[in-house]
Amino acid sequence: MSFWGYPRPDGSAGTRNYLGVFATVVCACDVAQWIAKQVPGCAPFLHHQGCGQTEPDMEIVHRTLVSLGRNPNLGGVLLVSLGCEGPIDHIMEGIAASGKPVAKVVIQEIGGASAATAEGSRLARQMVTDASRTHQEEVDDSKLMIGVKCGASDTTSGLASNPSIGAACDILIGKGGSCIFGETPEMMGAEHILARRAASPGIGRKIIEIVDRMEKRALSMGVDMRGANPSRGNIAAGLSSIEEKSLGAIVKGGSTPIKAVCEYGERPEGNGLFILDGPGQEPKAVTALAAAGAQVILFSTGIGAPHGFPFVPVIKVTANPKTCQRLSEHIDFYVDIAGEASLKELGQAIFEETLAVASGKRTKAENLGYVNFPDIWVTGTTF
Amino acid sequence: MKREAIILNPKDNVATAISDLEAGNVVEMEMDKNTISVTLVDAIPFGHKFSLSHIKSDSPVMKYGEVIGMASKDIQPGQHVHVHNVASARARGDLAKEAK
Repeated sequence: MSFWGYPRPDGSAGTRNYLGVFATVVCACDVAQWIAKQVPGCAPFLHHQGCGQTEPDMEIVHRTLVSLGRNPNLGGVLLVSLGCEGPIDHIMEGIAASGKPVAKVVIQEIGGASAATAEGSRLARQMVTDASRTHQEEVDDSKLMIGVKCGASDTTSGLASNPSIGAACDILIGKGGSCIFGETPEMMGAEHILARRAASPGIGRKIIEIVDRMEKRALSMGVDMRGANPSRGNIAAGLSSIEEKSLGAIVKGGSTPIKAVCEYGERPEGNGLFILDGPGQEPKAVTALAAAGAQVILFSTGIGAPHGFPFVPVIKVTANPKTCQRLSEHIDFYVDIAGEASLKELGQAIFEETLAVASGKRTKAENLGYVNFPDIWVTGTTF
Repeated sequence: MKREAIILNPKDNVATAISDLEAGNVVEMEMDKNTISVTLVDAIPFGHKFSLSHIKSDSPVMKYGEVIGMASKDIQPGQHVHVHNVASARARGDLAKEAK
């Protein structure tokens, strides 16, 4: 099978064709947002990072911005910088290496927010016009990467929606495509199973290492992680421990060997199933999937998580019948937990829905515009 | 009959309710073509778990055929199994702090 995608100079294919308007630092978010609102066809990426942070965190922020810029769903990128956060040339160069057009506007250099908005909008209009000349063509499934996430989980996530999404991942990987999932806290208690599925002993050790690193961060807080993860909502919905949540979460990537473990903001090479180090919290977890290169995201939810992402369609899947009914405006796909359909059949149906969305079908989050508050994860504090 | 609860693995000592169940209900579930029947002691809300057997304090609570935590008190068959009687063994900064 195949989908209708936008071909990119680096050989990848987008499921959408936006101009990305990225704030390079939190202080440039207003201008980036104003530009994106003025010019149809723009997708803003706003966040709270990029200043007052030490080198390891700055590296994560810049790496993530470069990787987001390279996401195939963007036909071009306009960077909006304040100026004093430091030079952004390396971010421009990193994105431009993919062959797509990149431009910048710097608020402090150009004379303030109004001038930056005017010049940024002028640039954006030209870039959107240029991007609009790219037309969808039939693209092989092997060029698709599905990002997988579960959020606002309940016990139905692990029983039905995650395994069904996992079955869809197995189908795509069988056709030569890729899937990636993260949420390191939600590997705690299940990392031994993931490590057994690693493509090499080194990858297995890396899985154990990222979980250990995350657990040490939790231990350093001196409290029981319960309440943060599983969240209060998870617990009210019946999840009793992080082990239970993890065992239900890891099935969402399917059953194929794990080919690599990426750091937050990294892009995996090759095809197959990948793991990503990062948090469970939606706005930061989804960013990492987009940065990894996912052109579409399958997101299972039990209680009802509404988040999308500015330039990657997010398909919401639930197996909780009450949530499906009460929050129907947020749910794209229902898995009948008491039904007779086999996992394979459910996986096939989700896979077909994924290809439809990859070819242009709009998701509930896209139509609601519930896409504007992502963020970038960092591991240290702000100074 | 509509399924009321799910057992995921033969090693499991808990089941998950997939509808709201009342105390006193007799719940029948399938596992490996056997029917397992439990009389509920507590009301079990949708998505919550109940015990299939007697789980002693400090012994493992099993779901997915894996350990999801340790019983923090004795649990009788048909009782609600949740944070009040299951302790997580992971990311317990509180216990690490006490041990110092």
